[in-house]
Amino acid sequence: MTTAPVNKIDNTIEDPENRPQLILNHTEFGTVTTDILRANESAKAPKSWYFALAISFTLMSMLGAMIGYLIFTGVGVWGNNNPVAWGYPIVNFVFWVGIGHAGTLISAILFLFRQKWRTAINRFAEAMTIFAVICAGTFPGIHIGRVWLAYWLFPIPNQMDMWPQFRSPLLWDVFAVGTYFTVSLLFWYLGMVPDLATMRDRATSKVKQLIYGLLSLGWRGSMRHWHRYERAYLLLAALATPLVLSVHSVVSFDFAVSQLPGWHTTIFPPYFVAGAIFSGFAMVMTLAIPARQLWGLKNFITMRHLENMCKVVLFTGSIVGYAYAMEFFIAWYSGEIYESFAFINRAFGPYGWAYWIMVSCNVLTPQIFWFKKARNNIAIIFTASLLVNVGMWFERFVIVVTSLANDFLPSSWGMYEPTWVDVLTFLGSFGLFMTFFLLFIRFLPILAIAELKAIMPIADPHGHGHSYNEMSGETNAQAELAEEDE
Amino acid sequence: MSEVASNTIAREDLYGLAAEFTTTPGIYHAAEKTNSAGYKWFDCLVPFPVHGLDRAMGVKMTILPILVFFGGMIGLTLACCLQIFTNSLEFDIWALIPVVGYQYDVSGKPLLGAAAFVPVAFEMTILFSALTAVFGSLFLNKLPMFYHPTLKHPALARATDDRFYLIIEARDPKFSLDEVEAFLNSLNPETVIALEK
Repeated sequence: MTTAPVNKIDNTIEDPENRPQLILNHTEFGTVTTDILRANESAKAPKSWYFALAISFTLMSMLGAMIGYLIFTGVGVWGNNNPVAWGYPIVNFVFWVGIGHAGTLISAILFLFRQKWRTAINRFAEAMTIFAVICAGTFPGIHIGRVWLAYWLFPIPNQMDMWPQFRSPLLWDVFAVGTYFTVSLLFWYLGMVPDLATMRDRATSKVKQLIYGLLSLGWRGSMRHWHRYERAYLLLAALATPLVLSVHSVVSFDFAVSQLPGWHTTIFPPYFVAGAIFSGFAMVMTLAIPARQLWGLKNFITMRHLENMCKVVLFTGSIVGYAYAMEFFIAWYSGEIYESFAFINRAFGPYGWAYWIMVSCNVLTPQIFWFKKARNNIAIIFTASLLVNVGMWFERFVIVVTSLANDFLPSSWGMYEPTWVDVLTFLGSFGLFMTFFLLFIRFLPILAIAELKAIMPIADPHGHGHSYNEMSGETNAQAELAEEDE
Repeated sequence: MSEVASNTIAREDLYGLAAEFTTTPGIYHAAEKTNSAGYKWFDCLVPFPVHGLDRAMGVKMTILPILVFFGGMIGLTLACCLQIFTNSLEFDIWALIPVVGYQYDVSGKPLLGAAAFVPVAFEMTILFSALTAVFGSLFLNKLPMFYHPTLKHPALARATDDRFYLIIEARDPKFSLDEVEAFLNSLNPETVIALEK
């Protein structure tokens, strides 16, 4: 589906003299636009898209059916029991919120660090964030049992004079996830406005023109607008950076603020944040690899982008591994018998199998990315990213279930087993996620077109390439002098 | 390329003249010259933010950061009031506001547990700042605006694709059709287009 040829340009070579190319085989702005929007503007999507949408939509309908069954029957249809009151819903909640961390990390933190490679992946990573947070929000919503009382989560004046309990981390979560969703949505939308205007101006039918016209708010590319827009974008990035770190910290407070052995630890906030970024990047890779293939985006999401993501996964995976080790060390060092038991029980107790799946997927798998050959091999990257996703789900399972199942009193211990409703609900949430994602890549600009143009060498008005690839033979000082001359 | 179609547009219906450029240095230097020539009502339509173009045009720094600061402060204040009022206070002010504090006693912990109120206060600060940043920038940009002379002309659709336009508006006090046309042509544009209101 590509117009521009996908020549074999290796942009993964580290050369301190030359910045690597981030956009391959494109030297004009116009071809970038057409190449990115080709899939959106073609009359028919590829067959595989319809096929994937059919499966996702079926799974999503199943989620709807399971939620309906739950509401009409009651939470007894789940495997949640007395010691393990949290079970699958909270495991899935933490899993999805974690996935939802990469998008804002890429758009905000990498933006502040001026990582130009982010422009090729930020748009769909942000979309992924939003859809993942929607999936995440579903679970606590239905986990409360009586869903028609979900409004009790919010401080709404009512006839009972009843207010939420602001000292509870569960309520902090409502605010953290709610804020995160809102800010991510705004960030995503604001970033998309100029690209929606591009789609409006290229639309061939009246309906498309009207819809993209409304969505793009009448954006006309005025530089006076861009000036405020860029400032707003920078401010949002600066605001989203502490936000993204705070959200999973607050989620970890749900556990860490309690008294339960295995949960009551100070390492939880940074450990959860690292884990969230780890799983989020793994999900970005899982989605990016088929998307760049199917949508013909190999000139934009290049091997260098994938390699950079592999490095992030390696780094955060190692932090996660360190946190696992440190938990054990502290359990032993504290001399607390309950704490020590909780960890020995995790690794060698009845749920030991889950623990070892977690360790092998999360700690061992990413270590393969120490090797450049592995970082440049699509099959290895894709497999590893899937394994990391599996491992991170099991991490949440291990944390939630093992600590609840075996706490202080053996008389109140109890094993947890999910029911078929639990499993189908979880699978259904993937349907929800993928349905949204597939609709997004078909109808909205999948890459940040305007931002990608801005990092092309020809985008530099002074012609000496702050961007990349043209730095050779000219030092920064010379470039600045040249700029002053102009 | 100086045959401007302005002959067909009545003077009072003329929005302005647009010069088309294909490169970023082209628009950059054109903007610099337009600014130093003393035009006030001019704008550049570009498909992406051209680095430094706003400064070349003489655009003043936006007040948006100040608005965002106050937005954040409002969020922080609201969050503190909300939490203190709903969890720690019992003012009998029902006659004024029909709500009463809940005074939720948990294990005898202090009602005004300031540390516990930090996360929500933080999140609300971020939320209100972000809302101000987005809606403030839209407000300052006067968006949404679904009708605009530059959106009407079919050629200017490329301003969101691969072309750069410099527009001098007819309401500029220095505007005179012949002079502006000559000036724009002196900037070496691809073409000069007259825009109807």
